[in-house]
Amino acid sequence: MLIHHVIHVLVALTFPPLLLGVIAKTKALFAGRVGPPLLQPYYDLLKLLQKGSVFSTTTTWVFRAGPVVGLVTAGIAVLLIPLGNGTALISFSGDLILLAYLLGLGRFFTASAALDTGSSFEGMGAAREVTFACLAEPAFLLGLLVLAKLSGSLQLADRAGYPGMLGHSLASHWPTAGASLALVLFSWFIVLLAENSRIPFDDPNTHLELTMIHEVMVLDHSGPALGMILYGAALKLFIFAALVVRLAIPLATGSAWLDWSIFVGGMLAVAVVVGVVESTTARLKLTHIPVLLVAACLLSTFGIILLVR
Amino acid sequence: MTQILDPLMIIALALNFVTLGVSRIRGVINAVALQGILLGILPLFVHPEIGVRGVLLVLVTICLKGIVIPRFLFHAMREVNIQHEVRPVVSYMSSILLGAVGTGLAMVFSYTLPLAEEHTNLLLVPASLSTVWTGFLMLTTRQKAIMQVLGYLLLENGIFLFSLLLLKAMPLLVEIGVLLDLFTAVFVMGIIIHHISREFASISTEHLTELKE
Repeated sequence: MLIHHVIHVLVALTFPPLLLGVIAKTKALFAGRVGPPLLQPYYDLLKLLQKGSVFSTTTTWVFRAGPVVGLVTAGIAVLLIPLGNGTALISFSGDLILLAYLLGLGRFFTASAALDTGSSFEGMGAAREVTFACLAEPAFLLGLLVLAKLSGSLQLADRAGYPGMLGHSLASHWPTAGASLALVLFSWFIVLLAENSRIPFDDPNTHLELTMIHEVMVLDHSGPALGMILYGAALKLFIFAALVVRLAIPLATGSAWLDWSIFVGGMLAVAVVVGVVESTTARLKLTHIPVLLVAACLLSTFGIILLVR
Repeated sequence: MTQILDPLMIIALALNFVTLGVSRIRGVINAVALQGILLGILPLFVHPEIGVRGVLLVLVTICLKGIVIPRFLFHAMREVNIQHEVRPVVSYMSSILLGAVGTGLAMVFSYTLPLAEEHTNLLLVPASLSTVWTGFLMLTTRQKAIMQVLGYLLLENGIFLFSLLLLKAMPLLVEIGVLLDLFTAVFVMGIIIHHISREFASISTEHLTELKE
């Protein structure tokens, strides 16, 4: 058991930036470029950690707390979710609420830090971020509701004697309630793209006014603070990708090592799919984003309706 | 059987929402065509023992709904120079929400229907009612004549879904007749669209409220 906890922490801490690297590489391949090396996000993080920081004199402690809280909440959240073998480090009944609120708290502080700079530009980004989050969070929670109804439990991971929502028991529900689960899977993938500000919602590569939601909020951060934000964002991507992978392939092969390799392979596949989506679709008009998010909510809702009918 | 049917029905339901939420007419045509193909395959799953007659029906349906009619509509778009934006009277968001409410009501309503025992747990009836509802929404909330043609197509898809319950009892002639009616309707509408656009320089049905010599 202990060895799996150690692997859980190691994978959760070291793996996230690689996802960003895989996405960038996929996009480069689609565009016919060589692209940055797979490990580029790690180099970026190292570079940023070695730099000094500049803080605007108009900002308060809120601005400095933003990146820290963002990183810490994502760090705790990653301990709550089941990874390769369906168990998590922290697991108790009702931890799904804690997961949702941790992500909410991180967002609250990132948005507050953006508002704290007093820049109208960053205020705009914060407004957009929370507006879209209003629609993405219900979709996520409704999806959790489907899993809670199916498994009859309120915890994400398996715990000794208590099966979890995203644990091994999920595999037995796919043949009977596959339609509901597929709807939730699709809905969560949309949420993944929205929460991590990927195309079609936002373009993480540009710093242009029109496209920016997340990037605009972190314009004033520099050095290690920016590194923390980058790493926190990678962790958040890891969390959502892990949820999607656990939902899509809840296999329990019997051998824990095989489970872990399937999980890691699944994570890489999700990153590749995100890269393909980013390469093949255009960014949505800002006014169309709520439509897609509401559609994600509806997908989850129908998942519930199909279960309770 | 239901293991295959339910996912197909879910895709059909999802396509309803795509037709309401997509802003490009081309996207709507493609979604309706895909739904038509999907529904065309369904009889094979609902009644595996339908024989030659059924297979013929499947082929004709798929050809008409999936290939001929969409091609005709694309052709009409090119000929009449229809702009690509849907421009709904009711916003995309409200359309989707209305569609969702309708689908929810269809689910509730389908339980109150006195259906045959083997049909009660199928998603077939709610999907059919919801597709009809989407067709009505499309007919009433979109201005362009081509969108109304698509509304009719959705309506027909819904009716086709419902008729699947009765496929054994329904003679082939009736089905073919329905398909032929539909094809003629689309054909006539294509000509009407063409005339409207020649007379009025716009195919928005808003202008049809005034009489003109």
